[in-house]
Amino acid sequence: MSTRSGATASHSTPPTVVEFSQAQLNEVRRLQALYPDPRGALLPVLHMAQDTFGHISLPTEEYVAGLFDLSPAHVHEVVTFYTLYFRAPKGRHVVAVCHNLSCYLAGAPEILAHVKRRLGVEAGETTTDGRVTLQSVECLCACEAAPMMQVDDRYELNLTPEKVDRILEGLR
Amino acid sequence: MAETVLMRNFERADSHTLASYRAHGGYAAWDKARQMEPAALVDAVKASNLRGLGGAGFPTGTKWSFIPKNHTGPVYLVVNADEGEPGTFKDRYLLERDPHALVEGMLIAARAIRSALAFVYIRGEYVEPWRRFSSAVREAYDAGLLGQGFDVVVHRGAGAYICGEETGLISSLEGKKGWPKVKPPFPAIKGAFDQPTIVNNVETLCCVPPIIERGAAWFAGLGTKTQGGTRMYSVSGRVARPGVYEAPVSVTLRQLIYEHAGGVSATGRLKAVVPGGGSAAVLTADEIDVTMDVDGLKNAGTMIGSAGVIVMDDSVSIPEALMVLARFYAHESCGQCTPCRESTGWIYKMVHRIVEGHGHKEDLDTILDVAKRGGGTTICAFYDGAIGPYISYIEKFRSEFEALIPRA
Repeated sequence: MSTRSGATASHSTPPTVVEFSQAQLNEVRRLQALYPDPRGALLPVLHMAQDTFGHISLPTEEYVAGLFDLSPAHVHEVVTFYTLYFRAPKGRHVVAVCHNLSCYLAGAPEILAHVKRRLGVEAGETTTDGRVTLQSVECLCACEAAPMMQVDDRYELNLTPEKVDRILEGLR
Repeated sequence: MAETVLMRNFERADSHTLASYRAHGGYAAWDKARQMEPAALVDAVKASNLRGLGGAGFPTGTKWSFIPKNHTGPVYLVVNADEGEPGTFKDRYLLERDPHALVEGMLIAARAIRSALAFVYIRGEYVEPWRRFSSAVREAYDAGLLGQGFDVVVHRGAGAYICGEETGLISSLEGKKGWPKVKPPFPAIKGAFDQPTIVNNVETLCCVPPIIERGAAWFAGLGTKTQGGTRMYSVSGRVARPGVYEAPVSVTLRQLIYEHAGGVSATGRLKAVVPGGGSAAVLTADEIDVTMDVDGLKNAGTMIGSAGVIVMDDSVSIPEALMVLARFYAHESCGQCTPCRESTGWIYKMVHRIVEGHGHKEDLDTILDVAKRGGGTTICAFYDGAIGPYISYIEKFRSEFEALIPRA
């Protein structure tokens, strides 16, 4: 089951006001109008919420539920089902190392061990400075360039320990 | 070298742009299709012997014909771009390098099934493919190709393998967790938002423009008696040249490994091959003289699935390979059906302990027993897909597993 989604952050959550701007609310209405049932826009709006608030807290779930006239329980069920929604604060960058078969055959366990050593965290954890959240994930479908990992929006391919070092050094 | 159909535009640096696509004959098929009756388009795709390239291999034209004739409400076209089958990466290439081929295939499919609205469900991790495809959709709107009675919504997923299953995808598109739905009713009768819906894979739709432009007979002639065309084979693992290779569906697994992908790397000695994505039963080195079409692999006791080929040389530990796949099924089971939810978890634990040297001597028979009883007992094909690896890895390489289990 999709239970590995939440990064366990070691720093506490600052209290934030959960509210979209007027422009964002207009975007929510635009997205909702694209679907025969406005609820079709729930995943896109949750992506927006995460981009805006950093992660999807329980108050964020309640806020989004209100925008859709859904129960907070429904939104919670959705948020907890998918791996790309973070329920706790994540690092400024997310590093997701693929551990499925093709990457495994190309040395993914060594790459993951190397990243863990460099960052000083286990998969599912965030560095104490809040810089990087590390994940070990299922197939990202770039098997021709294994071993690989996703760093935020980018696929980093044909990894070696040296290449990993250069990539990690670039993350501020 | 056989004819390149799907990857014909890949080599050009600007292949993803409308100008480039048009300059090389793009949208000519749509110009032809818009003069044809919807029924004629369905008939052409039926006659082409195109079969779904996402995994199930169902005849595409037949699927299209299932939309109820007397239906007067909306019909939706849904594109499955939720590529996630281990060892598969073809749709990523199509979305990034030839997004207009998909737009054109969608235009034709929508006319065939009389749909005015399509949703393209792209896996959440595919950010660059999503940007590229969204940009192509904007170009198509600006050029008046879209928005004239047919609209396209690009929808991002949020990370869940099960959403590649068509009814799980529909649940997700409706704003729910991606739980598959009981069939019947099939999506063509009652699909997205309770309306008749056709769900097609990216590569499948990219085959449609060449079929319309060059004729069903030409496409059918590229393949075997029961499946037309070429398809894109994703080849990875221990080969000299991993990559995506287009070949007629009559290509053999041996040709793919040794001619296209440059042969086995590492020790150079083949041990096992996954022929159709992680969920396909594994083949041994002696079983690779099979044609890579739907029926060729079905007759070999496995499946072509999404055509993801993963090659293992003889230094690979088969129990470890199964452990990696078993972890995947345990993680990705959506949890809806008891046999799948429980078995995938327990089988992963058992394979893991065998690999760690703590296996029990009855574990292998327990796994086989559980796997063989579970087939066909669940709402979707996910668990049936998991069973293929469980049984085949253990039955074909049993001594390797036994060697890891301490003698009592």
